[in-house]
Amino acid sequence: MPVRVRPLSPHLQVYRWQISNTLSILHRLTGVALALGLVALSYWLISLAGGEEAYAAAMRVFASKVGLFFLIGWTFSFLFHLLNGVRHLFWDAGYGFERNQRHASGWLAVLGALGLTACVCLVVWHGLHT
Amino acid sequence: MSLRSPLGRVLGLGSAKDGTGHWWAERVTSIALIPLTLWFFFSLLLLPGLDYGTVKTWLAVPISSFLAMLLIAVATYHSYLGTTAVIEDYVHAAGVKVLSLLLSRFLYVLFGGASLFAILRVAFGS
Repeated sequence: MPVRVRPLSPHLQVYRWQISNTLSILHRLTGVALALGLVALSYWLISLAGGEEAYAAAMRVFASKVGLFFLIGWTFSFLFHLLNGVRHLFWDAGYGFERNQRHASGWLAVLGALGLTACVCLVVWHGLHT
Repeated sequence: MSLRSPLGRVLGLGSAKDGTGHWWAERVTSIALIPLTLWFFFSLLLLPGLDYGTVKTWLAVPISSFLAMLLIAVATYHSYLGTTAVIEDYVHAAGVKVLSLLLSRFLYVLFGGASLFAILRVAFGS
């Protein structure tokens, strides 16, 4: 069957960029990142079941520069997806739709996730150096 | 004359075929994941170290292995629901779409199953 080129309704390009759609996209991105995190978690658990050497090898991977970059990324992804997920649950229950509420909860989710990620990094760093 | 009701004739003919069940399961699993993920996150942060002995001893405690298994099961299902929605939204070519949906389903069962099996091995010894 030949594909006919049909007119399309206006899409993303006609809308003004704002925090709501940015965080919506970020929610999906962090969700996909966390899906990859589940694979890493699986690897970590398998290495733990595999014995001391396998676990040490996995921990070397996670402690490498690339490993740490991903671990910090997954920490932020988890915290943001959690906070923004709670925001979505409030919306699903019918609360928080006013313009100022939407914006405040959005900033709370993204800044809260950044702040908590920094806290986690500090706690872990402190734990490693004492 | 057909004896089928007008509703019966149109059910399942919409563009999406279904959706409420998927949407609802996403919310229910997300609520369950709040305590489960926080428990896991804080447990690891509060361990005195992440060396083999400490982590294995912690995970072998029945309540830890039980909650870890619940976490893996619920997180795997939630993640599967989420990536399925992403694939359905962005992959349009019919063949590639079915293949990626099928592949993601297999991968989730593979990695979820492997994680659960690993926790069982730690819990019951190998």
